[in-house]
Amino acid sequence: MTVRYALLAAAILALIAVPYAITEQYYVNIASQILLYAVFALGLNILVGYGGLVSLGHAGLSGAASYAAAYLLAAGHGHVVAIAGALAAGLLTTAGFAALSLRASGISFIMITLALGEIIWGLAYRWISITNGDNGISVATRPAPFGLSLASADGFYDATLIVFLIAVAACAIFVHSPFGAALAGTRDQPRRMNALGFHVWMVRFWAFMFSGLLSAVAGILFVYYNEFISPQALALTASAEGLLMVISGGAGTLLGPVVGAALVVIVKNVVSAYIARWNFLLGAIFVLIVVFMPEGLVPGSVRLFRAAWRGARRRKPAAAAAAPASMPAGEPKP
Amino acid sequence: MSALAVKNLSKSFGGLRVTANVNFAVEPGERRLIIGPNGAGKTTLFNLITGELTPDAGSVLLFDRDITRLPSRNRPHLGMARTYQIITLFPRDTILRNAMLALLGLSPLRWNPFAALHRQQHLRDAARAALARVGLAEMAERPLAETSYGEKRRVEIAMALAQQPRVLLLDEPFAGLSIDERRDVRSLLSSIPRDVTVVMIEHDMDTALDLADRITLLHFGEVVVEGTRAEVVADPRTREVYLGE
Ligand SMILES: Nc1ncnc2c1ncn2[C@@H]1O[C@H](COP(=O)(O)OP(=O)(O)OP(=O)(O)O)[C@@H](O)[C@H]1O
Ligand SMILES: [Mg+2]
Repeated sequence: MTVRYALLAAAILALIAVPYAITEQYYVNIASQILLYAVFALGLNILVGYGGLVSLGHAGLSGAASYAAAYLLAAGHGHVVAIAGALAAGLLTTAGFAALSLRASGISFIMITLALGEIIWGLAYRWISITNGDNGISVATRPAPFGLSLASADGFYDATLIVFLIAVAACAIFVHSPFGAALAGTRDQPRRMNALGFHVWMVRFWAFMFSGLLSAVAGILFVYYNEFISPQALALTASAEGLLMVISGGAGTLLGPVVGAALVVIVKNVVSAYIARWNFLLGAIFVLIVVFMPEGLVPGSVRLFRAAWRGARRRKPAAAAAAPASMPAGEPKP
Repeated sequence: MSALAVKNLSKSFGGLRVTANVNFAVEPGERRLIIGPNGAGKTTLFNLITGELTPDAGSVLLFDRDITRLPSRNRPHLGMARTYQIITLFPRDTILRNAMLALLGLSPLRWNPFAALHRQQHLRDAARAALARVGLAEMAERPLAETSYGEKRRVEIAMALAQQPRVLLLDEPFAGLSIDERRDVRSLLSSIPRDVTVVMIEHDMDTALDLADRITLLHFGEVVVEGTRAEVVADPRTREVYLGE
């Protein structure tokens, strides 16, 4: 337990130290991207990992928030109005998604979320009077909360880090709560949950809303980070990338999506500078993960680490007794 | 007043009539055994009573309240609990957490996204108490996936008991158990206080006869015989159904 807290404190300190340790702006910006995509993946993971509901339309949710913020800013409103409006737009869109998609589960649910995501993308593309179509909307300034400017790479990183830490904490509280347990129950055994007195649809609806809230927050970070939004950010590939982060890191684990976000963002931005076919590389990495760690990087590494640890502990007395080193794994001999 | 009554209940799957105009009433505190050969429609009858299936016709009454149209998720809140013939538990969780979920189902706490579940001491205590009733208290922390079939059967019963039901529906609680396990479950079931009405399905004639006050024999979805233990056993139609199998 104390080891866990020490690790947590070390991780937070390391994250705070990033802008000091890395002087190159480019890499600080990459770090900001990782954190903002991590918020997106955390939100998606609530639904995919804990609710067992795979959404392929989540970029539509963050996109709705991004567009609302950009539109309001372009119309001359302040940042407070833009952010509040973006959250409202994100949550309203989420409620619509949930109402339409939660009639189904499994493959049908995926297909409905995919279709809804495509509709939002189509709106961004075609509703030119609001979205400016293919040209997108530029955002002139970043906010300066409490007089702290987010214009610089470092300033933006710090703000993103704070939002990210709040998001992680919110997810941790959520999944350990009674409601989180109810959500996991509806994933594993919906029929029994219903028979126990749970309102399965409503549990899923509120989980979807929480997931959508985090998506909207990520969408706001995204539009301020890029100072621009265009339909591309809402495309199916963006939703699929989010899913890739969740699954590669470890669906249904707290930190899996964060690791997954780091992996995808790094391959996409850093490795792509050296390897033209980064898409191919990302695909290959994903295949390797699915083959060797189907549960994802975080739980997979924990499993390997535990196995190695147990193996090391067993080998010591075994060597002392001059026993053969090739004992069957996982079965401690008396 | 009866604890549970069904009136003219009917259900068909396609052309197959699985519940055919079934009527019966169970008195408060009664132990009712529902028997019938494989495919007689016993489990379907339970699913109609709990609302997991919607009847084509007829009604279900719980303490004289018509609950036919009530969503199944609301019925546990009125004191109806069930177990499943095919084990329907949460394999990723511990035994204790399975039992806690049963308690959570009836608690307003289930909507709370802020509290820490493992700190809800009253829930844990109540879950442990329910597990103690079925003799699983010592292994409460064991993951469900690492328990035996017989233990899972008892978890099923513990979860139903944890909800302190007024009407308890048990679907073949002895299915697949060894002789020793049967004895344990039998004494567990006979220890349930009489303020709980128990309706139990069995497909064997003999397994649970001694636990029953009254017996209803189903065959092809119809009630063939109903009466006291002695009446049903002595009835020639009972022999016909079971010998004709
Ligand atoms: N959802 C369904 N769709 C179609 N047919 C069904 C369905 N559920 C049950 N049946 C059929 O209805 C009949 C009665 O099934 P039911 O499960 O109620 O029998 P049972 O008396 O519980 O039998 P058992 O002793 O084997 O548990 C069977 O012929 C079964 O195949
Ligand atoms: Mg059955």
